[in-house]
Amino acid sequence: MTPGGAILAAVSRPRRWLAQPGARAVLPAALVLAGFVVVALAAPWLAPLDPARQSLLARLRRPGSAIGGVTYWLGTDELGRDLLSRIIYGARASLTVALLSVAASGTAGTALGVLAGYFRGWTEIAIMRAVDIMLSIPAILLAIITVAVLGPGFLNLIIVLGFTRWPRYTRVAYAQTLSVSTQPFITASRLAGARPPRILLRHVLPNILAPLIVVATLEFGLMVLFEAGLSFLGLGIQPPTPSWGSIMSVGRNYVGTAWWIATFPGLCLFLLVLSVNLVGDHLRDLFDPRSNIRA
Amino acid sequence: MIRYLLGRAAQALFAMFGVMTIVFVIMRLSGDPTLLLVPEGATREQIDLLRHQLGFDRPILVQYADYLWALGRLDLGDSVVQRIAVWRIVAERNPYTLWLASVALAIAAVTGIAVGIATAVWRGTLIERTLMPVVLTGQSMPTFWSGILLILLFGVLLGWLPTSGADRWFSVIMPAVALAGVSMATFARITRTAVIEELSKDYVRAVRAKGIGQAAVVLRHVLRNAAIPIVTIAALEVANLLAGAVIVETVFAWPGMGQLAVQSIQARDFLVVQAIVLLVSAIYVSLNFVADVLYSVIDPRIKLVGGRP
Repeated sequence: MTPGGAILAAVSRPRRWLAQPGARAVLPAALVLAGFVVVALAAPWLAPLDPARQSLLARLRRPGSAIGGVTYWLGTDELGRDLLSRIIYGARASLTVALLSVAASGTAGTALGVLAGYFRGWTEIAIMRAVDIMLSIPAILLAIITVAVLGPGFLNLIIVLGFTRWPRYTRVAYAQTLSVSTQPFITASRLAGARPPRILLRHVLPNILAPLIVVATLEFGLMVLFEAGLSFLGLGIQPPTPSWGSIMSVGRNYVGTAWWIATFPGLCLFLLVLSVNLVGDHLRDLFDPRSNIRA
Repeated sequence: MIRYLLGRAAQALFAMFGVMTIVFVIMRLSGDPTLLLVPEGATREQIDLLRHQLGFDRPILVQYADYLWALGRLDLGDSVVQRIAVWRIVAERNPYTLWLASVALAIAAVTGIAVGIATAVWRGTLIERTLMPVVLTGQSMPTFWSGILLILLFGVLLGWLPTSGADRWFSVIMPAVALAGVSMATFARITRTAVIEELSKDYVRAVRAKGIGQAAVVLRHVLRNAAIPIVTIAALEVANLLAGAVIVETVFAWPGMGQLAVQSIQARDFLVVQAIVLLVSAIYVSLNFVADVLYSVIDPRIKLVGGRP
């Protein structure tokens, strides 16, 4: 079954989609994912307190503590800020960075892959060699050195992740374009006088999109981890903006006295990445059970 | 064979050349690399002097040639902050990271391969249903969270293991376990896929027909044939472990290269950061090469002419 056909089948026959092995785990995973998205969108309404509000009296309180008529459901951090509110706002940072960096790297990577696969020749050699080289540098180190040079911050974080994570899309888009380009309908539209931009956007791209969506899903989980990891190292989202990674790096310092600070954001991170991976794996099995895009 | 090896070696060298080029470009992304290297609060004269000393006032192509030439002679430069050779600073921390990564690799390979075999052989049983979620958990667990949880449990609550540092021989256990998580999941997945594929082949049926028991079939025949993807993954995982060490070392205050990289960024010691990125990438590229060569040694059927087997 072609990838496009798989999408059609999945959309038109939901019952069969659910009968796939692993589907039982996918439904809760998709719900958890949707839950995080809702929390991130509705953060100002859901957060019980201002995530930046400090209170000297309420420093390092246990989960469930009530001080001055305010209940801190997940406890407070070293500055007396409400951990629950900070985690809720942290979901925003996490999902926004991941979404924007996947959009950036996915668009750039796909464009390069399609160009390499369609035009061949020197374009192909230059782009695919660059891919090989980019994949020879461990991604986290590439991100670290780039952040170190550009400086930390929200926008730089997205630039860095976009810049370091495009090659995987390029590989998949390239391979897919190679096989689609030999199809008769591409030759037909070329003979009908269509120019490359039209052929690439109208004919090639729609036919290679399915595996790229799978890559994007799996990359999304990775981006969430990267954002948290870089923020944990102090190279990502900068205080006072709450990010799960930076909350956890504070929590690491208070691990002996205030276990909750690192534990709860870590749990959210784990649940989010787990559900993204479950959905991504399932999409991959659905589109092409034999492929191994992750490897 | 020799032609193949030379071809692959040339590819590896080209990759390394590309890595150096990318690092060179990144270091100049900020516009003026001198500003990255000067201590904060330096005067304009000091900056100009340093720019001249480091040769950043020369044409970019000359700088690039000079940079490649220095790296070709394995000269990583002198740290502007500490005023000693960068390789000395890195060499001091390197053994800690290698030790941590080796222990983590051993843990990941042994448990991962065992889990992979178990879930492949006992498909559809309770064993598979219990172990697969463990694999999935390992894959989605951020190392800095599993690290902190380990510290909470074994360091704070039980008090069995030290929560940071590398003073005792058993200090390595917690960081290694935290680091091994993701690799363990990769080993398990790859082993599982490979063993399942091998088990369905005709030779397995033939061996079984001879009356050989399940254990011998799997250990003596299937595993040997499933070894190719596993060995390749092992080589790549070493590189991933080295990269993952950056975060784990920060969690456990492990005095390795990863912690050094983070400290050097904070101390604005960019030549050290650059050296670590180049070093880990060099290890990554060489291991890729080794994996390709091992392919052909393990499986003589692989044709050695042309590109990647």
